[in-house]
Formats: sequence, structure tokens, C-alpha cells
Amino acid sequence: MAKTGFLTDTTVCIGCKACEVACKQWNQLPADGYEMTGDSYDNTQTLSGSTWRHVAFIEKSGRKRLTGDVDLVALAEGVREELPEGAEIDGLGRWTFMSDVCKHCARAPCQQACPTGAIIRNEFDNVYIQPDVCNGCGYCVPACPYGVITSVPEDGRAFKCTLCYDRQKDGLEPACAKACPTDSIVFGEVEELERRAEERVRELHERGYTEAYVYGTEEVGGTGGIGGNHSKFILMDRPETYNLPAAPELPQEKVGPAVAASAVAAAVLSAAVALAFRR
Amino acid sequence: MPGLGITYGRGGATTNLMDLQNADCIIIQGSNMAEAHPVGFRHPMIAREKGATLIHVDPRYTRTSAMCDIYAPIRAGSDIAFLGGLINYVIENERYFRDYVLNYTNAATLISEDFRDADPAGLFSGWDEEKQEYDPTSWRYEGMPLRYAAVGGSQGAIFGEAGEGEDHAGELHAGRPRPNDQTLQHPRCVFQILKRHFARYTPEMVERITGCPKEKFLQIAETICENSGRDKTTAFVYSVGWTQHSKGVQVIRAAAILQLLLGNVGRPGGGVLALRGHATIQGSTDIATLYDVLPGYIPMPDVAKNHNTWRDYVETETAEAGWWSYFPQYAASLMKAWYGEHFDPKDGKLFDHFPRISGDHSYYPTLMAMKDGEVKGCFVFGQNFAVGGPHAKLARDGIRNLDWIVVLDAFEIETATAWKLDGVDPEECGTEVFLMPSALVSEKDGSFTQTQRLLQWHDKAVDPPGDARSDAWFVFHLGRRLKELYADSDDPRDTLIKALKWDYPTQGPHDEPDIESILKEIGGYRTDTGKPVGGFAELKDDGSTACGGWIYSGVFAGGVNQARRRKPWQRQDLVALEWGWAWPMNRRILYNRASADPEGKPWSERKRYVWWDGERWTGRDVPDFEATKPPSYRPGPEDRGVDAIPGDGPFIMQGDGKGWLFAPVGLKDGPLPVHYEPVESPVPNLLYAQQRDPTARLFFRPDNPYNLPEDPRFPHVVTTYRLTEHHTSGAMSRWIPWLGELQPELFAEIPPELAAEEGVRNADWVTIETSRGKIHARALVSDRMPVFRFDGRKIYQIGLPYHWGPNGVVKGDVVNDLVPVSLEPNVAIHEAKAFTANLKRGRL
Repeated sequence: MAKTGFLTDTTVCIGCKACEVACKQWNQLPADGYEMTGDSYDNTQTLSGSTWRHVAFIEKSGRKRLTGDVDLVALAEGVREELPEGAEIDGLGRWTFMSDVCKHCARAPCQQACPTGAIIRNEFDNVYIQPDVCNGCGYCVPACPYGVITSVPEDGRAFKCTLCYDRQKDGLEPACAKACPTDSIVFGEVEELERRAEERVRELHERGYTEAYVYGTEEVGGTGGIGGNHSKFILMDRPETYNLPAAPELPQEKVGPAVAASAVAAAVLSAAVALAFRR
Repeated sequence: MPGLGITYGRGGATTNLMDLQNADCIIIQGSNMAEAHPVGFRHPMIAREKGATLIHVDPRYTRTSAMCDIYAPIRAGSDIAFLGGLINYVIENERYFRDYVLNYTNAATLISEDFRDADPAGLFSGWDEEKQEYDPTSWRYEGMPLRYAAVGGSQGAIFGEAGEGEDHAGELHAGRPRPNDQTLQHPRCVFQILKRHFARYTPEMVERITGCPKEKFLQIAETICENSGRDKTTAFVYSVGWTQHSKGVQVIRAAAILQLLLGNVGRPGGGVLALRGHATIQGSTDIATLYDVLPGYIPMPDVAKNHNTWRDYVETETAEAGWWSYFPQYAASLMKAWYGEHFDPKDGKLFDHFPRISGDHSYYPTLMAMKDGEVKGCFVFGQNFAVGGPHAKLARDGIRNLDWIVVLDAFEIETATAWKLDGVDPEECGTEVFLMPSALVSEKDGSFTQTQRLLQWHDKAVDPPGDARSDAWFVFHLGRRLKELYADSDDPRDTLIKALKWDYPTQGPHDEPDIESILKEIGGYRTDTGKPVGGFAELKDDGSTACGGWIYSGVFAGGVNQARRRKPWQRQDLVALEWGWAWPMNRRILYNRASADPEGKPWSERKRYVWWDGERWTGRDVPDFEATKPPSYRPGPEDRGVDAIPGDGPFIMQGDGKGWLFAPVGLKDGPLPVHYEPVESPVPNLLYAQQRDPTARLFFRPDNPYNLPEDPRFPHVVTTYRLTEHHTSGAMSRWIPWLGELQPELFAEIPPELAAEEGVRNADWVTIETSRGKIHARALVSDRMPVFRFDGRKIYQIGLPYHWGPNGVVKGDVVNDLVPVSLEPNVAIHEAKAFTANLKRGRL
């Protein structure tokens, strides 16, 4: 079976939230509540156990659009705090929308954290939580560096985007991609999407939008041993602008250094204690 | 809309959504297309990807603005000043498409010596101060008899929509030579009148009135000029942001004039696209919810006209030139469709029993009549006017004064619960309410006629739950029972009910009527064989054909439901003639003869669309022209009907075949657009002494007070709008949790400066008040709301989405309680897009 994933192109997202609604309808997810946040037009705020697609609204009023040569790596690492001077802010880029979703990591931290084997890779190489196996331990929640997974309050089990596993098995594309009126969300085989993403970025660069880049590669967004994401994004600003980590990593990458640090600390303490007793 | 109807001949969008992909530039003004028409917006997005420049001109920075290359802020209600500025720019800088203007518009035609322009008072010649209306005789073409300008026949020579009524074009015989000046220099030729009229709309004046920076205005003016001409086309897109003004028709006229000057009408990637507010609003006006028209814009018989007998009616309404000269065929076929063998067009006797209208029974006067006790009962289908219409409190008061109301809806909408709203004691309200559960669209068969006159069929996907039935079921069985009830009546007034042909087949356990059989009847058939007709040219006035809506005839051509065709444009030409079916006769771009030059050759290879191949008109679309009339054809003085249109007259519904830069007849508020301030405005009119549209229809009643211009108690401008997440009054969306969570509460978008002045923080409660009432909303403080400088003063705008009401999963105050009933003179559309109010912190 071919590996499948999403390519979400924020440059053509019109913020209609059809993906969010289509996802909830197909997967029969409940509403999260009815409170106005005052945060732009975003009243659902975040991905959760009951919101598997979430459209973020990013107001960038008063800021300049990026033009000219931009150091993408520096951008991705968040080194540059202030954006460079560019053209006057006009239509494009002042208010941007980004439909966030599970990244379907090539090496998924949530899966590695799952003690029951509930989180698997299915035949489409998507990261899938088996709801009948999940025991609600919640280990996957802090393991996800993107904040995608949460437990539901009812029984503590974790839920997230299934990439519409049931629809794929019937040869259908996921509900969000189907509902997207501008093809901002494209579903397909990962290799094909990667090709498409590179082509799109090249095209945007030619049109002067040199800030465009792909998020979810091993260089940006899919870093730290994650090996890239199967759902990628085309972004026009630093990842943090979209509430995405620029350089996430597998939690176990930290285990080695942490163990080493603990060992060193233990050794130092032991030495100190030994020294103390010797006196 | 008469804005388009008067200018081009038909009141519908000249183009279609997909054709926007062909545009080199798209200017969206008076529309928040990305939010209100997100699916259709895919086409401007494709155009943008292909290199087109997208421009948004709007009082608010919206999701549409975010997608456009250029955003220009303008003060709500100042559109004519902006568009007038563009017209002035095009003329002053000689950027108009001369060959197009000279041949396809009335630019060269001379106007009567009696005509006087609106400067500086703001009133054209013919103004009657006492009657507060115009006598348009002085606006006529030179050499025309007086009666042509004065005539106000009822059929729109226009196919179109709401309230276009005034007949004009058919009466202006094309066959007659008209005084004109092909050099466009004569001081009384339309072109020179136009030039003088708009000369004062300078970029500086545009900036002063609209608040749009001069540089931004000039950038837009230059962009649309660069993207118009032989090789390029610019499209205009508008929606209710232009119609809901006391001068909405003239706003649209201004854009229609501009598009003629630039040569963008009838050509791919050009035109004026009117976006309709609901899925089948176009269909409901075509087949025919307005009180003064029958299906296909056939005028409703009227006591004020010579409609006494069938013969009188037909003679009065038959035009001499153009397609309305076949009125007898259309009207007789309609009567045959409704009354079958009981109607004989030879004597037309049954027509004597047909009801006549006796006055203005449009929406607002009817509401007031409800409140005043003149209307006793009401059926409500697919509408929630207790929330969704202007001055909604007046509507609820009207409902509470009815003896009975029948509401068909999927939810318990406010229109069905007025008896317990506004703090009234239910025991005091005598209205008997019948709430009938209705099926939703996926639960029934039917067709939509959308924005671009395109009919698209949908099949039922699931059965409606419980007792819910389709609206057609309700109407069919109500009619069936009425026929049973009156079957034995001898009373002459029951004749029509007894004569009504009401034999639609039914199906299923609930006897749902077969909807396709209704579309077949609308499409027309031969009465002897029952075979569908191929188009309206086949209709007869002798009773041998029946047709329930002549403009739709052809939708069942060949016995096939043409509206059901679903071949996507990706698998055929972009014109997509095999997707659904568009009226008239499946034409997708109207006036497409204008895509070729006067000799019939394409203006350019890049913009090839329809052309003359030496024997007939051919091309990518169905030619909107007689197929074999050569470009060289010239009518003689005696030619009538369609023969009166010359071979180089693309605007075939106009008597002279030309687009009207200057409208010699047909509009109640002047032959050219004029900038007036909204009825309620915080500022004076800088261009004319006349403050507001002098012909705007106002209702001076104690329950409908107006805020006076520049009233310091109401210093801010309010504009109302829709969000993607809800639909109009919220009747279909406020009950859906998935939509409710996305926009759970009513909010008021205000600029940070206003928030600071009033001590309002983001998400605080605020109170917004007009002289009609007050509402509470949460503040959404955003610099997406521009602040305008008007002669040194700051003008703030308040944005209010109007989706909420007291019922449903998500609730909120009714924004329409703030809106006055102040109507556009030609079409009686209210002014919800610009009025004044006050704003204070807290829930006062």
C-alpha cells in the first residue's frame, strides 16, 4: 500500500472552516462549547480529542510582508525575531488562515510512547489510534511535540485525526480534503505530495513570495529524529506564527542526555557524599 | 436588478463564476465573496494563481481582502463616489475602449435639449418637488416622441429579478435612425454628458468622500485600465453590499457603465457578476415569488392597467421590438400550463376570474399592514423574517397581530415563536401558530437556479425524519384539499380553484409529488402529445403549447432533464455547456456577440469566444444572438420584433441593441448615477446640495423613526454582514452545534481607536443603539476595521453580523432590530449596509 498524507497549502486557504465542520460531521465529533474567545474569528482555538482539524486565524496587522532573500533555515529556527522590512502590507498575508491537523510523523513520538500498542501505523502508513485498545493512560499526550493529541474528558482516551481511515478503505479522500473549496487541503500519496509541495514553493518564489517554504520535512518541522511528516504544510512565515514548533524532536532523543546528566549528577553527588564521609 | 437590466437589457449577472478564471483582473466591491460565497470563490482563486490581479474594495478588511492583491478601504455607503471616480479616470485619461464604446453603447446618441444634469443641486431635470418624483420625459433620446420616455409599461424588457419593472427598450424602435455624433464631440451626445457629469469625481474628491487614500484609488484605476481592452478583460463582482442601499440600483449602474466604457461586457473574463444571497434566490424570482410578476417575469394582472380582458392584457403587454413581442405565446402557454382545457386563448374567458393586484403588496408595506391589522394570516416558507429582515421588531409586532401563521421549517425559528418573545405575555397574543416540520434540501428532489441563471438538479439522498415533509408536499396537498373542498361550489369566485390543473403524480408512502413533473411543466410541452418543447421559440399562442415559465423552456428539451447533467468543466471546455442548464437557452455569458468586433471577428485571439464564420454565429458558448443574422444586417424603419436589432447590436433586449451609458427611461432616480449619502449618515454630501437619494422611499411612522443626518447622538456608521459560519438569519445554522461553536455569539467589530475612546476592551459587552432600538454584543476589537478621516473628523464604523436571535443552540440579540425601513426607489430594497448608531460600553 502506498503511503498517504495531506498537503495543506496556507497560501490558498480562505478560512472558511469547511474542513473543520466536514471532519466533525463525518467523524461524528461533538462541539467543544459555545464561547466567543475574542481571538480573531477563532472560537475553537486548538486541536483536541474532539477537534481533529482546526483552522487558525493569524492577524498580522501592522507587520510588513516578507520580501527579498530570506534565510529559511534561520527563519525556521526562529532566530530572527523581527521580520525584515518589506513591501507595505496589503491584501495578501495580513490575515492568514491555517488548517492544522495531525502531522502523521514518519517516526511518531505518540506511537513510541504508547504502552498498550493502541497507536499503530495502518496499511496507509498513517498514525492511527485504535479506540478499543487505548486504555486512557495519556502517555501519548505529552509525547506529541505538536500538541495534537489530547484525552477526552469522558473516559480519558486519546483521539485525533485518523486521516479518515474508513473513507480511505472505501477509496474516498478524507472529508476535510473533499470539502475544501480551494484545494488548500490536498490528499494523496506522500511522494506525490512532496513533489507537488516543492513545485508549489518554487512557483511562489518565482512570483516573489520568497518566504514560502514546506513545513514537515526533515529540515523544518519534522526534525529531531521524527524523519519528516506525512502531512505537510506550505507556510509563509515562521512556524511559531502558526503555533507550530520549528524544530521538534522525539522525546527519547532527550532520554540519552537526560540519563547521562542523571548519571553525572549521581556520580558527582556520590563523590561529594563519599568525600564528606571521608572527612 | 434594474441596474443591470436598464444598462444591458436583462437583470441577471452577465457572466458566471467559472468564467472568472478567464479574467486578468477581478474587482470585488459590495461583496465579501470569500466569506459569503466560499465555494464560488474557488474561481477567483484559480484566476489569481493564473496571474490575475484581485482587488477588494470594502468598508471592512475581511477574509476576501486577505486573499486579494490590493485592498482599498471605503466608507460604507460611498460606492458611487468611488466608481464615479473610476469612470472619470477612464474618460479623462482616454482609457476607454473606443471601438467598443462607439459601436456597442449609446455613447454617440444625442439626448433631448430639455435635459439638465444634476449639478450642483443634485437633481436632474424633471424633478417634481410636490410629488417628490421625476418626470423622465426630458431624459429621452433626441427625436423620440414624448410618449416613449413617459411610457411605463409593466413587463421588464429585462429578464431579471426583483422589481425591475419598467418597460423601456422594446418601445424604442431600433429600426428608426437616431440623431447621433460618431465623433463623440457633440455637447448633447451621451459621451459628453457622461464626461461632464463625472468630471467632479476627481481622485481628490474620491479620497475626501470615501476615505480611500488617493494613491490607492489611482493604483486600482490604473490596474483595471491596464487589464481591459482587446487583449485583456476585467470582471466586477458584487453582492448585497451594493444592493442594500437607498441608491443600490445606481451603484450597480455605475459599475455597469464603467464596464461598457472599458469594453468588458459580453466577453470572457469580463462582465458584472451579481452574486445572489441564497442557493436559489434567482430561481424563486424567476418562478415567481414577487407579488407583481408571474413566472418568467410576465406581469401580474393589475387593476391600474388596461388588463380588463384577456385581449386587453395581451395587447397592453406585447412589445413592438425584441423578444417581448412574443408575449402572447408566453402568456397563453402559462395559462394552459395552469388551467389545461379550462383555458381557451381564443376567448380567454377564464382570465376574467384571475386576481388583479390593487396596490403595493411588496414585503415592507405588507409587514406594516400586518401590524395595522389589515393582513389576517400568513404562510412562511424558507424565511425567518422575525430576525432576518430590517426593522425585525416591526416584523415581530406584525406577526403578533395576525390571526394565524403557518411556518414550515426544520427548526422552531423565531417567526414561529413571536408570541413569546420581546417580553410579551403569551396570553395577550391571539395568533394561532401552525409549525410544520419541513424537509431539508438533501431530503427532497428539486432544482436550484443560482447566481448565474444555472439550473442544477439534486436528488433526494435520505428520507426526512418523522413528520417532516417537503414544501412541495405541503403546497400540493393543500391545493388538492382546496380543490376537493370547492368541487361542488357554484360560486363564480371559486372558478379558478376548480379549473386549476393539479394532477402531478405522487410517490412514496407519504404521497410526495413528483418534482420532476413540475419542472417538465415549467419547461413547456405540446398539449396534444405531451412532448417537451425545445425552447421558447416553439411556444404558441393558440393553446397548442403549455409552459409554466417561458424563460426555462428548453430545460426538458428532448425529454431529458437538462438540469441534471453533471459533466465537470475539467472534462469539457471551461464554458461547461454540459453542466446543468442555464436560461436563456443554455447561454453562459450574456451579450456574447460583443466578444467579436462589429464585423464579427474576435477582438483578439486571446479573448476569442463567439464569432461570425461567414454563415452563422459560432464559438465556445451558445451565441446570444440570432444564429444567422450577419454582422452587416441593418433594420429598416418598418422592422419590428427581433428584426429591429442590427447585426452589430449585441444588447438584443434593448430596442437599439446598445448598452446604455445613459438611461433615457426606466429608472425612478435619474438617468445617471449620482453620489448621495445614505439616508442615515454622519456626514454631509460633499458633491451636491441634495443630501440623500431624493426618491428613496421612506415611511414616516412612529414605529420607524430615522436618525437624522449628522445627528451627534448617532455618530458611527453601521454596516451589517454575514459570516461563513452561519446563514442569513441563522435559521439553518444556529441550531447546528458544529456551526454554533465556530461563531457562538453576536459580536460587534470595532476599530481600536473607538474601543479606546469608549473604554472598551476586546470581548467586553457593548450596547449599540439607533432610534429604532438597541442591542447588546461582544466587542471584537480589530484594526481590520478602518477608521476614516472626513474633513478633519474621525468616522468610525461598527461591523455587525446579523445571524443571531433568541432561539437555537447559540443565541444573541437581533441586529436587524436596529435597521430602518428606508427603501431604494426602483426595487424597494432596504438600506442595511449603511446607517448610523451609537456605541457604549456595557449592557445598558
